[in-house]
Amino acid sequence: MILLTRKADFSAAHYYWNDRWTAEENERVFGKCANRNGHGHNYTLEVTVAGEVDPVSGFVVDLKALKEILEREVVSVYDHRHLNLEVPEFKETIPTTENIAIAIWKRLEGKIAGAKLHRVRVYEMPDLFADYLGEA
Amino acid sequence: MRAYFSRRYRFSASHRLHSEAFSEEKNWETYGKCNNPYGHGHNYIVEVTAGGQVDPETGMVCDLVKLDDAVRKNVVARFDHTNLNLDESFRELVPTTENLCIAIHENLSPVFTGGDLGRIDLVRVRVEETENNFFEYAGK
Repeated sequence: MILLTRKADFSAAHYYWNDRWTAEENERVFGKCANRNGHGHNYTLEVTVAGEVDPVSGFVVDLKALKEILEREVVSVYDHRHLNLEVPEFKETIPTTENIAIAIWKRLEGKIAGAKLHRVRVYEMPDLFADYLGEA
Repeated sequence: MRAYFSRRYRFSASHRLHSEAFSEEKNWETYGKCNNPYGHGHNYIVEVTAGGQVDPETGMVCDLVKLDDAVRKNVVARFDHTNLNLDESFRELVPTTENLCIAIHENLSPVFTGGDLGRIDLVRVRVEETENNFFEYAGK
């Protein structure tokens, strides 16, 4: 089995806010991330798939197809958008780095022909990232 | 759902790789220029990975402020701009990056088990000595 990772980038705005809490509670827990005017990041997405190397093509997956799936399922939906206001999965769920990794996993699961989704890693910035491996 | 959250921290320190158990020749043969008697230094990067359920209320695995506080207090403040050979952890051990990685894990794990970050696990400590050299420790 081989693991293969493809990167993609998107830039988006977000804020952290739980509607069930008071403004004070949101500010206490989320600090400056709770600013309702939002803020943004240059995100880097790393998608790792696992599979066998095809003896004829030498590929685990068709990289061009994988790039197109990432573009269609994730980048075109998230890039230059406000995640809370424009991306349906974050209407009820706070777009933390952890939840973005889980949401991207759900968007990609079952869509990559010939390989199994192994890990979704989302960098909010180079020193902070979240991994989701499909665990309950 | 279980997810993993990682954050990178930095400190700069000096060290000398030298074992009292070895002869002068054997030290030089084993550690090469890292055995220079006056020591040398690195800008270390420590990557701490925490694992746990994503809290449905906050959307987060762990409280970033608490994680930052724990790492700054137990790792960065302790090692930054110090000579690792003089640290208590290395009284008996050579401060290789392997041993440093284990020492950092041991310093941090009490904060995770029943401490301020009790709900989550310390999954892995990775220490980069240079951009080409790094070590990982996930506990015993």
